Amino acid sequence: MKYVTLNDKHIALGAKMVSFAGFNMPVQYEGVNSEHETVRNGVGVFDVSHMGEFLITGDKALELIQKVVSNDASKLTDGKAQYACMPNETGGIVDDLIIYRFSAEKYLLVVNASNIEKDWNWISKYNEAIGAEMRNLSDDYSLLAIQGPKAAEAMQSLTSVKLDEIPYYSFEVGPFAGVDYVIISATGYTGSGGFEVYCKNSEVEQIWNKVFEAGAPFGIKPIGLAARDTLRLEMGFCLYGNDIDDTTSPLEAGLGWVTKFTKDFVNSDQLQKQKEEGVSRKLVAFELVDRGIPRHDYEITDGNGKVIGKVTSGTMSPSLKLGIGLGYVPTELAALDSEIFIKIRDKELKAKVVKAPFYKK
Amino acid sequence: MSIPANLKYTKDHEWVRVEGDTAVVGITDFAQGELGDIVYVEVETEGETLDQHEVFGTVEAVKTVSDLFLPVSGEIVEFNTNLEGNPELVNSDPYGEGWIIKIKFSDASELDGLLDADGYKAVIG
Repeated sequence: MKYVTLNDKHIALGAKMVSFAGFNMPVQYEGVNSEHETVRNGVGVFDVSHMGEFLITGDKALELIQKVVSNDASKLTDGKAQYACMPNETGGIVDDLIIYRFSAEKYLLVVNASNIEKDWNWISKYNEAIGAEMRNLSDDYSLLAIQGPKAAEAMQSLTSVKLDEIPYYSFEVGPFAGVDYVIISATGYTGSGGFEVYCKNSEVEQIWNKVFEAGAPFGIKPIGLAARDTLRLEMGFCLYGNDIDDTTSPLEAGLGWVTKFTKDFVNSDQLQKQKEEGVSRKLVAFELVDRGIPRHDYEITDGNGKVIGKVTSGTMSPSLKLGIGLGYVPTELAALDSEIFIKIRDKELKAKVVKAPFYKK
Repeated sequence: MSIPANLKYTKDHEWVRVEGDTAVVGITDFAQGELGDIVYVEVETEGETLDQHEVFGTVEAVKTVSDLFLPVSGEIVEFNTNLEGNPELVNSDPYGEGWIIKIKFSDASELDGLLDADGYKAVIG
């Protein structure tokens, strides 16, 4: 088991801890519904220091990134971030990630904790022929996600960087909470705005404490992984290991918007062919019409007992008070308002395909 | 954590309160705490007669689904329909407003086999 730097602090705050991606992580503090609500309407802080960070530098850095990711990283300028996935050679996805450009020869890749070793080995394999400089910073860096509509206002006293002027998917490196160089990124996994703050492990306790001091008048609270999951699912954001994995194509998963055939990348020929021919199944967002809660791995049926797909993520939406989920269905049933059924405890409950996000401000 | 002395308990974290020939059943304070925020209580066995230990319903928290087991044999005569709109009552008042079903029990001797508060305390450590 690995531990984030603030492990003892989470326990002292009353967190229920669970093993996630090999880390002992806070799954909830006060309760998932109230934590969810805090992020939707106020400001909350997630310790997501389990995430992986790879620094790619040198004059070959962009060439390596362009080879392994689906999106076109050449479109990035300094201070911009980009969402992408890494396709594998057999039609699936190695991981999804965020690419940060610091300069033309310096990039940070942020990957899922569960995939750090797999991703490192994968990228290293392609780097043999390219020769960029790679450093795995995952064990040295912490990440706090400060999320919610009040995040900028609540954190402004901690930095001279104008927080509300950082555009979405952009970042600044500057002073924050008394630390000179912190990456302040206008990104997140909640759909409620806010920042992700990257710092060294040795700095995270000071930052955490100051974030809670500055946030106190705004009712800031620590938020666990359970609410992180309901928040992201209400936005229809994919979770690696649930909605996308080594067997799902980026095009099936609705990640065509980050799959750019303007350049050559791993498996791009096959994926381009798939795009031209069309995919046979698609990841859709659905909501229950009947009363019930869809869950990961429940079967999707045609209403007459025939299994046509599987739920990849599901929950009771805390904001909508409704069963919502994501799952793969045959393309002919992927259109909006298509009627599908979710098998819950031997009953086929009616659901309909909807457009993500489920939650709209 | 509350474990009232006047109730009986099962190893499956249900409590039972005997009222004449009826047993009121819910889940314990410990159980609701472990499950977290409860978002759905499904009982579709009202009016049915089931044996002890049979599944009579399910309780769903945000992250988990848990079956509910009948603590004593009998007819399920009432479901707490307040839980349909307010499942969080199971969290906020597990031994009161959060009760789940009432059973007209068929074998009073089964009640003697249930745990008392000390016995349940030992189960949850």
